[in-house]
Amino acid sequence: MEINKQDALFEFVLRIADDSLILGHRISEWCGHGPILEEDIALTNIALDFVGQATNFYDYAAKVEGKCRTADDLAFLRFEREYKNVLLVEQPNGHFGDTIARQFFFDVFRKLFFEELAKSTDEELAGIAEKSLLETKYHLRHSSEWMIRLGDGTEESHAKIQESVDTLWRYTGELFFSNEVDALLLNEKIGVDIAALKRPWEKQVREILGEATIEIPAHAWQQAGGRTGVHSEHLGYLLTELQYMQRAYPGMEW
Amino acid sequence: MDMKNINLEDKEREFQAKIDADIRIEPNDWMPDSYRKTLIRQISQHAHSEIVGMLPEGNWVTRAPNLRRKAVLLAKVQDEAGHGLYLYSAVETLGADREDTIDDLHSGKAKYSSIFNYPTLTWADMGTVGWLVDGAAIMNQVPLCRCSYGPYARAMVRVCKEESFHQRQGFEIIAGLANGTPEQKELAQDSLNRWWWPALMMFGPSDENSKHTAQSIKWKIKRETNDELRQKFVDVTVPQAEMIGLVIPDKDLKWNEEKQGYDYGEINWDEFMNVIQGNGPCNKQRVDARRNAKENGMWVREAATAYAEKRQAKKAS
Ligand SMILES: [Fe+2]
Ligand SMILES: [Fe+2]
Ligand SMILES: [Fe+2]
Repeated sequence: MEINKQDALFEFVLRIADDSLILGHRISEWCGHGPILEEDIALTNIALDFVGQATNFYDYAAKVEGKCRTADDLAFLRFEREYKNVLLVEQPNGHFGDTIARQFFFDVFRKLFFEELAKSTDEELAGIAEKSLLETKYHLRHSSEWMIRLGDGTEESHAKIQESVDTLWRYTGELFFSNEVDALLLNEKIGVDIAALKRPWEKQVREILGEATIEIPAHAWQQAGGRTGVHSEHLGYLLTELQYMQRAYPGMEW
Repeated sequence: MDMKNINLEDKEREFQAKIDADIRIEPNDWMPDSYRKTLIRQISQHAHSEIVGMLPEGNWVTRAPNLRRKAVLLAKVQDEAGHGLYLYSAVETLGADREDTIDDLHSGKAKYSSIFNYPTLTWADMGTVGWLVDGAAIMNQVPLCRCSYGPYARAMVRVCKEESFHQRQGFEIIAGLANGTPEQKELAQDSLNRWWWPALMMFGPSDENSKHTAQSIKWKIKRETNDELRQKFVDVTVPQAEMIGLVIPDKDLKWNEEKQGYDYGEINWDEFMNVIQGNGPCNKQRVDARRNAKENGMWVREAATAYAEKRQAKKAS
């Protein structure tokens, strides 16, 4: 398949934006229900960062596409198969440990990814990546600390977080998905060598899990599909909620 | 009269003199037990209101109509959690335990603002809640910035700045809807119809039925009466509604030239008492949500404590 640079860039930016939007949405579901007030504040703050990142990346995607679509059009008015986020971020919140494990796997990836993207020759993209990187470092510190506390806390918390890791591990492989879009942009020094992030990701994850006394699951099977728009059943419900106002009142401003 | 009582009377007189001279009371200063108790009750109720107040707005976070509104709403709910946090800290300066006061909320012993027992049914409610509920909160709280108890007064200064931001955001949403499509205007009017009276009830019972007011005013814990504050709120809000073409749902509302304020209809005090007693549309749901958050999160707290203890032990050895 031939793909031109503009289409590739649009797709590439959309993936980042969709990851941020969908994960931000999931975290925001905690609003008012966190295990302690301080965590309610932290989770809301993290959700807010992700919505902000999504907005920046959608704005840029809309500009790259050049078809008069806005950031909101991209966020709220596509169909399920057009969303390109990884399966990991659409997984339900579950209990606090599930949310933290999902966040931790993603944060380690995101930090490595933004560090590279901040070096992009596409200055606008590099700029958004750099700004997002600052937030991501904070998110990673937050999720790592909780991984360790839960893993090395009580027997109950250890069992719970180990189970979260076992369940979510199968969605981590897809973080390193790449195809011709990435190849083309890497060639242009715009994109990121995503495959190369896998080793440092594993190393960092092992380090924290080790400290948390959590074992890495033995099963190797990895689920994928999100990056090509083939999602889990969860995404449809999430989008139904997310898009409710835009679908119920088409074309109105709020 | 024994020496102890004479001393107590002297102390109380001295205390009241400080208050009369507008000298702030600080945590380590002597204060009458009843002053302390009243403040613990009032500040913890206020804190609970901030926290329970996250729920009706959190209800729309996942359905906000666009990215900007989603971000603004999240930021607002985050502010409310922050207000809860400062207020619980202020309660703790009085020797109360934050978690004990929260358990009182969960057992139904402690109250919170009656307004949060009403449901947020449409997006327009995100506008109305900001406009009216944060608006009423500001009316209640601006005088508290001059409250006699230092930590509470200082918390209020910070909180009020953010509340007025919330009020403006809410009004902006409603004004946009009122000037939008016919469907949007209808959403706005319906929302105002549902929230107007509950917002007036936020100021509490009328002065003749308010059991705490007189003493609180003497102590400068309260600086204006419920009815005075309610009147101010009506006078500020009615012209705002008129400006954007919405109708206040009160057929008795009219300008009174003599008092230079609006006369308004009778509040349904039965409804108010019912909601206070736990029979509002969402009382059970709100308290259950908060209790569940704590109970479901208990293992997380326990883990954090256990981990901190292990770390401590390692350091010591
Ligand atoms: Fe507040
Ligand atoms: Fe407040
Ligand atoms: Fe507020």
